[in-house]
Amino acid sequence: MQFVTLLASLSLLSVVLYRMGRGRAIRSVGGNAATLHSLPSYYGYYVALWCGVPAVMLIAVWLAGEPFLLKSLVLDGLPSEAGGLPAARLSLLVNEVRQLAASGDYRFASGDVARAAAEHYRELRSISFAAMSVAALALAIACGVHALRRVSPSLRARNRVEGAVQVFLITSSTIAIFTTIGIVLSLVFESLRFFRLVPITDFIFGLDWSPQMAMRQEQVGASGAFGAVPLFAGTLLISVIAMAVAVPVGLLSAIYMAEYADRRFRAVAKPLLEVLAGIPTVVYGFFAVVTVAPFLRQLGETAGLTIASESALATGIVMGVMIIPFISSLSDDVICAVPESLRHGSYGLGATRSETIKQVVIPAALPGIVGGVLLAVSRAIGETMIVVMAAGLSAHLTANPFASVTTVTVQIVSLLVGDQEFDSPKTLSAFALGLVLFVVTLGLNVVALSVVRKYREKYD
Amino acid sequence: MPLTSEFLPYQSGRNVAGPAKVSARGVNVFYGDKQALKAVDLDIGTNEVTALIGPSGCGKSTFLRCLNRMNDLIEGARVTGTITLDRQDIYDRALDVVQLRARVGMVFQKPNPFPKSIYDNVAYGPRIHGLAQTAAEFDEIVEGSLQRAGLFDEVKDRLDEPGTGLSGGQQQRLCIARAIAVSPEVILMDEPCSALDPIATAKVEELIDELRENFTIVIVTHSMQQAARVSQRTAFFHLGELVEVGDTEQIFTNPRHKLTQGYITGRFG
Ligand SMILES: Nc1ncnc2c1ncn2[C@@H]1O[C@H](COP(=O)(O)OP(=O)(O)OP(=O)(O)O)[C@@H](O)[C@H]1O
Ligand SMILES: [Mg+2]
Repeated sequence: MQFVTLLASLSLLSVVLYRMGRGRAIRSVGGNAATLHSLPSYYGYYVALWCGVPAVMLIAVWLAGEPFLLKSLVLDGLPSEAGGLPAARLSLLVNEVRQLAASGDYRFASGDVARAAAEHYRELRSISFAAMSVAALALAIACGVHALRRVSPSLRARNRVEGAVQVFLITSSTIAIFTTIGIVLSLVFESLRFFRLVPITDFIFGLDWSPQMAMRQEQVGASGAFGAVPLFAGTLLISVIAMAVAVPVGLLSAIYMAEYADRRFRAVAKPLLEVLAGIPTVVYGFFAVVTVAPFLRQLGETAGLTIASESALATGIVMGVMIIPFISSLSDDVICAVPESLRHGSYGLGATRSETIKQVVIPAALPGIVGGVLLAVSRAIGETMIVVMAAGLSAHLTANPFASVTTVTVQIVSLLVGDQEFDSPKTLSAFALGLVLFVVTLGLNVVALSVVRKYREKYD
Repeated sequence: MPLTSEFLPYQSGRNVAGPAKVSARGVNVFYGDKQALKAVDLDIGTNEVTALIGPSGCGKSTFLRCLNRMNDLIEGARVTGTITLDRQDIYDRALDVVQLRARVGMVFQKPNPFPKSIYDNVAYGPRIHGLAQTAAEFDEIVEGSLQRAGLFDEVKDRLDEPGTGLSGGQQQRLCIARAIAVSPEVILMDEPCSALDPIATAKVEELIDELRENFTIVIVTHSMQQAARVSQRTAFFHLGELVEVGDTEQIFTNPRHKLTQGYITGRFG
């Protein structure tokens, strides 16, 4: 609440300084704004930026440093007997103090020491906040006034403001990039920890996956095996089934939409197909579990086949249905991008519509279609919800679509759901799987996008 | 001067020698409600080059597209009147448009080779019409067509490279080779040189002159010089009507109609 008030007063101050800066600029040339270097509003922004930005930066730095400062102050303030506590106990105490101070409710304090420290902490914090507010407002006013003094007809306010805007944009994109890099690095580091416990070759080439670890030394059976090949194979099997459903249906419907359907049919059918893309994956998941899997099972029984109720087939089919709109809308785009002149050239030679499509349109659109399919594959591999609900949990190395298999994503979910210790190979293996998933999908996306881009260039 | 649809074209000079290859009578074309061609009567002579000239938007391309029914592909286009090819009505229901287009080929304004190899570009038509069976027969057709299009020597070492990798002028000659590979009787060309430089243009013009021996050619052009150089007969269109048609020489030296005169001397259009 106090914090909101502080920010509001800073904004108000900026607005006031904007008006002052603008007014001062106009007055400095006696009301003849055309003789100013920049538009009057740029002078306003210039002053307002000088007012707001340093103050906000100060607040950010302050808030980042505050916890450390407060912690050391509180620790110093502890009675001398607490000084001898081991480090682990000390950090527990500090955490408790923080929580007590945040809630303001000392009933559950572990002792007098904690209670006193919490009060101390609260006091320090409010002092710190007051100091920060005063400093920020003072800085805002000082910088604002300084900027205001510099407003003169020759000040290049526009260039300054443009520069500030650019810095702001660069900062934003840098944040995005560094977040990505951070995520990747954390994946890599956690995976490295895993590979210190389990050799990387065992992980990539091992045929046995059973990540349950022995809790006690003498326990037998659950030794923990981290051969990820069955997971890769399962993922591959389900993706292949999904593509076998999605590619023909998606591609053929795209061809129909782009080449045969008249405008009115297109206007109705395209949005309908896009509805398919809007269905949440969790809905597809229970569609697979509740409808498709039992149906296939029954079908199998009548045909004398055993089809597991968590069969790769059911999962793959439903995932394929999910991907259909993805493939069809991407293919539709690339087919429509094939220049009309090529079709006319073919018709002009006496080719029929299907000959033209088969021999001219599809070959011309092929790179784009391949790119779209690769993107779809990377989606299938990374798809989680459907497989978590519909695919199996235990790893079998099989190419039989009627059997139950598990996938990389399913294992990541099941490894990280529930209680866990963050330094056991079981948990760390999730990061290694995530890294593999990331590398594969990234590779597919890069290839797909470069294929698509190359294709675009050809006709632009 | 007001033009009405009853207006009769000036038929100057000789009429087409012998029987007309293509003959249009009372052809109207509508795009939706808009009439783009009004009662056009025109005969195209066998083994002649007929040039269609006229200001932009006057319906030259529209007329050309009527001759192999490419207008069928345009949504909302409607053609009335009769057009005959060797006395056979090409808008007859019994006539197969695929066969018609095999007999009346087309070369477009912008070269549009397929993204296939040079060889496959030329072999495309013969393949879909089943004009050859063995590989040797195909080779013969491809080589012959490229030769007649004057392109063979330039591309003989790279027949399996993509046709889209050729220069603009080579691409256009490839499109001509592609059109003659199905041995059509008539070749329609819609401003075939408008995307080419003068040297490539000269080559294509030379080619047209040679092709006249075996084919009937209709060419749309915006260049008076080109019409004068390559054609035997010229038809002048204006606002969807055929204003004047006759011997090229006569049209360019002694046009009957004021509009024709104005156009070829560059006073309008
Ligand atoms: N696909 C179409 N839909 C609607 N109107 C069209 C279409 N094609 C042509 N037209 C109209 O028909 C008229 C004749 O067009 P056409 O393309 O035949 O002219 P043109 O003589 O070939 O002109 P240019 O020399 O510019 O190529 C024009 O008014 C044009 O606007
Ligand atoms: Mg035209």
